[in-house]
This record gives sequence, C-alpha cells and structure tokens, in this order.
Amino acid sequence: MALTTEDVRKVGTLARLALADDEIATITPQLNDLLDQFARLQQLDTTGVEPTSHAVPVKALLREDEITPSLSQAEVLRLTAHTDEIMSGFIVPQVLAGD
Amino acid sequence: MELVHLTASAIAAKVKAKEVTARAVTEAFLARIATHDESVGAFLTVMTGQALAQADAVDAKIAAGEDPGPLAGVPVALKDNMCTVGVETTCASKILKGFVPPYDATVVKKLQAAGAITIGKTNLDEFAMGSSTENSALKLTHNPWNLSKVPGGSSGGSAAAVAADFAPLSLGSDTGGSIRQPASFCGVVGVKPTYGRVSRYGLVAFASSLDQIGPFAKNIEDAALVMNVLSGHDPHDSTSVPQAVPDYTKALTGDIKGLRIGVPTEYFAAGIVPEIRILVQSAIGVLRGLGAEVGECSLPHTEYTLPAYYIVAPAEASSNLARYDGVRYGHRTQKATSHIDLFEKTREEGFGDEVKRRILIGTYALSAGYYDAFYLKAQQVRTLIQKDFEDAFQNFDVLITPTAPTTAFGIGEKTDDPLAMKLSDICTLSANLAGIPALSQCCGFDTHGLPVGMQLLGPSFSEELLFKVAHAYEQQTDWHTRRPVL
Repeated sequence: MALTTEDVRKVGTLARLALADDEIATITPQLNDLLDQFARLQQLDTTGVEPTSHAVPVKALLREDEITPSLSQAEVLRLTAHTDEIMSGFIVPQVLAGD
Repeated sequence: MELVHLTASAIAAKVKAKEVTARAVTEAFLARIATHDESVGAFLTVMTGQALAQADAVDAKIAAGEDPGPLAGVPVALKDNMCTVGVETTCASKILKGFVPPYDATVVKKLQAAGAITIGKTNLDEFAMGSSTENSALKLTHNPWNLSKVPGGSSGGSAAAVAADFAPLSLGSDTGGSIRQPASFCGVVGVKPTYGRVSRYGLVAFASSLDQIGPFAKNIEDAALVMNVLSGHDPHDSTSVPQAVPDYTKALTGDIKGLRIGVPTEYFAAGIVPEIRILVQSAIGVLRGLGAEVGECSLPHTEYTLPAYYIVAPAEASSNLARYDGVRYGHRTQKATSHIDLFEKTREEGFGDEVKRRILIGTYALSAGYYDAFYLKAQQVRTLIQKDFEDAFQNFDVLITPTAPTTAFGIGEKTDDPLAMKLSDICTLSANLAGIPALSQCCGFDTHGLPVGMQLLGPSFSEELLFKVAHAYEQQTDWHTRRPVL
C-alpha cells in the first residue's frame, strides 16, 4: 500500500499544504518508511478490543454558568499585524468574487 | 559552592534565610547564560528584565515578612511552547515567529506564585516534534557534555539549560519521550507526570491526548519540590484530574525494602546499546541491595508501540495544527491571491519538514477509507498497551527500563533518516499511550563520557512511589552530582 507522489500531493491538498514537486519527491519515500512500520499493526488481531482515545477516564463535569473575565477585542487585535487602523477585525484576502 | 551550581531547594532555603537575595541569584544565572549560552544554544529568549523584576518582587515580600513561596528566588527555564504574557512564544517555528501571547500558561502562573523566577524560553524541535532539537527552525542546541552531540529532544533546550547550570530547574513537555529522552542525554532528572496531573492550559498543543508538562531537575528532591507546585486540577483544562496533590517530598524516605521492581524483557532486547543495558542492570542491582525484590516481566505488545504512536500522535497533530493558517497571528504569506491560497502558502512557507511529514501522515491516517485500518486500529492497540501495563502492575510496584537505546548521538547524524530518529524514542512512547507517569535519572556514563538514563514507570498517579525509588537510588550513587565542564 505504498503512497505515490500523486497520493502525497492529494493529501497535501487535504492538509492545505502547497507542497513543491521536489519536496514531494523527498517526502514520499520517507512517508512510505513509516507506512511500512504501520503494516505490522495489521498482523495483530484486535477483534472485540475497545479503542482508547484518552488514557485517563475523565467525565465531563457540570459547573455553574458564571461570567468570568476574558480577553477584550482590543487586546486580541493589538497582537496581530493583520488588522486595520480602527482594529475592526482580522483582515484577509477577498473570499467572495466581486463586481 | 557558587550559586549557579546549587540545587533549587538549596537556593530557596538561602533566599528564605536572607543569606542571599533573589536578585543576586537571578543575576548570577543571567551572567552564566551570557557567558556560556553562545556555545550551548539552550535559550531562544532570555527574559532579563522580567526575571529581575520578579526577583525584586520576591525580595520585597521577604523584606515585608511575607512567605515568598516554596521556590523563592529559584530561576526556572521554560520550553518555548508554553505561553508567557508579553514574551514571544515561537514553538521554534517560523509560523509562530513574532507571536506574543496575551496570557500565561497555568504552570507559569503557578511557578511565579511559588516565588520562582521565569528566566527564559528554551529551544525545542519545531512544535515539539523530534528527538534531537535539530528540527528547530530558529537555533541549534548543543549537548553540554559534548558540544558536537545533540541534547536530545524535543525539550533539548530545557534539558541542556539544567545540565549547563543555566537554571536549577526547567519545564519541558513530553508527548512521546520529549522530557525523558533529553534528560537521559543530558544527565539530569526528567519527569513525565501522569496524564492529567499537570494543567496543559497555555501549552501549545501537539497531540492533546498524549501531551504532559513536567520538570527537569538536578536531583529527585528538586523534582518533587517543583511537582508540588505544578500539580493539580485547573478549571481552564478539563482534562486535568481533580485529585488531591500529596507533598511529594515526604515520599523521599530512602526505604524501599520489599518493593517489587519489574524488568520488562522487551526493553532490554536488541537495539539497546549493550553498555546501556549493563549500566541499567547494575542500577537495578543497587536497588536490590536496598531490599527491593526484582523480577522479570513482559509487556507483550511493545513491538506495536511505535506504529500505534506514529498514527495517534500525527493524527491529533494534523488537527491541532490546522489553526496555523495565517489569518490571525504569526507568519502570513505575501503571495496569496485568495483565501485558500493564503492557507496553503502560509503553511508551506511556515512549517518545517518534520512538521509537514507529521501533518501529512496524520491527515492520511484520518482520511476517508483509511480511518479503520489506521486510526481505529492504533486506538485498539493503545488499549492493549495500556492493559500490558495494568497486568504488569498486578505483580510489580514499578518497572525499570533504559530511557533511550543510545546515548547522545552526533549533530547531523540522523537528520536525513526520519525513521532512525524516531527509534530514539522507542523506550518512552508507551508511557504516553498508557497515560502513566515515568521519570528518567542518570545511572552512569558510557565510555565516551556521555550520560546514560534509566527510566522508572509506575501506575497512574504513582509519582510518589517513583520519587521514592529514584531518591533511594540517588542516595547510593553520585552520578547526579557530576556536571559538564563548559
């Protein structure tokens, strides 16, 4: 089940990484080395074994809904380079087509 | 003895007894960093102004007759993946360069409330992904015992800082061995607490179900002292466990008579350098001499640890690192023509090779059609690995293994072979998957004069027991008192 360079390009798109061609050429065999290690897992019979997503069982606790101090909009925007003079928000490239 | 060579508890005692001011202590460590860190490269940021202001506040408290706290005047170095208000927090990544957090991590607040002086931010593998600190996009860190060797990783800067006497204590984070393996390479104590023992609030997330913050120290007493301060539930981290925190220093009695020590055979198999095997066996012999009962045991799913870990950790990382998109803070590409372009080019320019590899493998493992074969399977194997430990702890109180299969390797030696690099964590990954506590302490030196670490593992929330055993060993040996000459 080795990955091809095309597979890696596709996963790159899913991960929002604009990988360069030479980078893909280097990374593909490195990822396949790791996938070879994964193959060992398939030899193990795990029928009926419950998956563990968290090592320590922690129950979701309820608490009173109290207002506590949090950061203001000004504090949050003071720390970014991507805002305008009146600090109205984070400025990004146009998302919807214009005219 | 010079101030910089003292332990944390000795410094706190002197400061509280007014034998020395917190300012004098802080200045002594800042001077040592200024003289020697150019060759070691442990720090990304030295917090000179903030550290001196904190020291003055401690001195003012003492002058006013108030209790300055258990870590009065003790400098502590922080891995640069812990948020510090007003101080750049980079994760050693180009993508976070220039990010100044608006809040402190809970551990930082706790340290400062205990009178500690946060003296600087240390180097790491980018986003804590690596085993040598060579994946830092910002700096190279050298092992203080031999400057041509790596300090281990990912918390290499924090381990090197304690080994080099730049601070008597430091904090690291451990997702698969990132505290214990560099502690082993640098000849200091490194503790990975039970998952949930220490708050992760303000720790930049790598793999949320595996990450834990823990200390580096010169000896077990200091590690226990700082764990008293760090441990406990935090309302800001719902995975921190609401369980009472004992006084860990009370466990240091030296009495381990009748204690049952298990030696998992899989951890002494091929791949472990013979010299290390011999030194760890001889340390176990010292504990036997103190009245401990030693027996072999088996952790039969050990061979599946590496693949299970390298599915779970990258899967969680690929999700956690999705937030670095150039929209809010840190690096943003100058070449974007659309918002998708903004995400893709910012991430391509901002992340280093190892981070990209892990994002890719994690994204692949979670993608449609592969989820059951990889991620679900790895989670099932995680259950089996956890059960291996539960079974072993039926018969033994603690387990002892080598911390790493080798001593510190050469700078550049494994950078072209990511899989060989990952094998450096083969002894430490399982504790994170199982969530159990583990520590590394020095148990000797190899023929090249490099430190060797031994790992102690216990059931969840058995930190007291680990400290008791490690401290008993420390009383019989002087490895922990040896320091590199810079």
